[in-house]
Amino acid sequence: MSRTILVYAERRDGSLRRVAFEALGAARRLAGDGGSVHAVLAGDGSAAEDAAALQARGADVVHIADDPSLKDYAPEAYLAVLRAAMDAVGPDALLLGHTAAGRELAPRVAAAYGAGHIADVTAIEPSPDGADVGFIRPLYAGKAFERRSFLPGHPWVVTVRPNNLPPAEPLDAGGSGGSVQALPYAPPPLWTAVRGVLRRASGQLDLAEADVVVSGGRGVRSAAGFEPLHALAAAFGGAVGASRAACDAGYCDYALQIGQTGKVVTPQLYIACGISGAIQHLAGMSQSRTIVAINKDPDAPIFSIADYGIVGDLFEIVPLLTSEVLRTNQHAE
Amino acid sequence: MPKVVVLLKQTFDTEEKIIVTPLGVDEREAKFVINPYDEYALEEAIQLKEKLGCEVIAVTCGSERSQEALRTALAVGADEAIRLDNEGLSDDSYEIAEALAAVIAPLSADLLLAGLFAVDSGSGSVALQVAERLELPHASAAVKLTLGTASELGLAHPVQAAQYALIERDAEGDTETVAIPLPALITAQQGLNEPRYPSLPGIMKAKRKPLRTVTLSELGIGNGAARTQRTSLSPPPPRALGKRIAGTPEEQAAGLAELLRTEAKVL
Repeated sequence: MSRTILVYAERRDGSLRRVAFEALGAARRLAGDGGSVHAVLAGDGSAAEDAAALQARGADVVHIADDPSLKDYAPEAYLAVLRAAMDAVGPDALLLGHTAAGRELAPRVAAAYGAGHIADVTAIEPSPDGADVGFIRPLYAGKAFERRSFLPGHPWVVTVRPNNLPPAEPLDAGGSGGSVQALPYAPPPLWTAVRGVLRRASGQLDLAEADVVVSGGRGVRSAAGFEPLHALAAAFGGAVGASRAACDAGYCDYALQIGQTGKVVTPQLYIACGISGAIQHLAGMSQSRTIVAINKDPDAPIFSIADYGIVGDLFEIVPLLTSEVLRTNQHAE
Repeated sequence: MPKVVVLLKQTFDTEEKIIVTPLGVDEREAKFVINPYDEYALEEAIQLKEKLGCEVIAVTCGSERSQEALRTALAVGADEAIRLDNEGLSDDSYEIAEALAAVIAPLSADLLLAGLFAVDSGSGSVALQVAERLELPHASAAVKLTLGTASELGLAHPVQAAQYALIERDAEGDTETVAIPLPALITAQQGLNEPRYPSLPGIMKAKRKPLRTVTLSELGIGNGAARTQRTSLSPPPPRALGKRIAGTPEEQAAGLAELLRTEAKVL
């Protein structure tokens, strides 16, 4: 089974997002032997480095839309880029990250091209011959999983949840023979006039893509209480998140909120500090690979999904754990 | 008088216990609610009605049971409700959007409001597919919404329109302020407003408000537009029973670090 797959290589703050490489990895599997993988890059200014990175990891053709109108993100402008790429490539499937942009672009592409849309995919299971592909996705705030597949005869649009699929590995040296093409793109009438952006989430590692997330809840008790969590996250090279209760209490910005509202994260390691574990929060993190819970209340629901639980005071445990992590890091050097 | 159409979905309450069988969720045990994100959309429509005198039409796609959600919408202040009967429709977003677009197009709405996503399927796809079919601009994840003319909103917008929406939207934690011309679709994020409960007089009044049902055959839509299908449903894979780490805080921290190194291999 061979297919032509198009990947939307999403950029954020001028560099490729990790989910772009995860979508690229999925694209290579879906394309199969004899298939081809295309990627589309959009922005204002140089994209040569990003194109090279995509080619080194298996994009046969990288299509670049470079236009001043793409400097700020506006859905209809990026949609026009995807339409141009769909028209140029005529793919069997378009893959995007299930990010703020991917979530709103994918349905519109699907409706415009008569394509099916399977959203928020966490695993892809092709049959041995590759002909049948199952897409696994969580439902009901993570209380169930469904397997969906596409009915024949129409293109596919798939959005993949960040941090769940293996990223595309670099090709062997000399294996990259891809080409770069300028995408014919004419800016559409811009419906969306961006008046301003209040940056609240920048300056830290992207939560949705972090390998380690240290998260605080009401038990952190104050904005200053988050400081030990930041130190632990820094020791791991990870990011800090929060429960809705901590955001509502004003301990931290809503930009850090993890849950059904807020961000959905799937890190390798999730450390919940002083978080009780309301269903709203679990929906945003229960798929993390390893979950640690630190809480004073031995009956907190978070312990029911934790791999490792510590009943104790986070203000004692977290700094001690930070020292342990730093010591391990030193040994490794 | 601007016309606002609110897209609603009845979902089971995902905060309650859900029994998952291979055939689906056991609905006998489930409690049904308006999808929480759609409640924000509905509340915003009602507030616009109070401010600007909008006409509010609530639209859903679902079984007869989903009329409860429409009655609730009428009870909090919607003027009219339409149920697209889901007989003959699968759970595929493309198919549902096709039918809903056929219901909504003749209403000539100035504003479509919907939730950012439904807490059951979690796709957030149908409303945006409807917007694409109706060639409407959209803004996602609104946390604040103001309608007005260009001069009222102090806009110099490249696209000429009688009315615009000024929106503060949640963009992965950042807050972006955008203006789009109407008619348009706007999806609601938590924080947009605080939904009200229906009052007793509201519930009584709702009984006399128009609620009509539309079928696929009345729309002249055959079934068969589905693009995807569910092939199985299962509960999440069970997590291995967690370990409690006991001892003094020092022993607990050291024990955890050891397990993270040797067992979880994340350190």
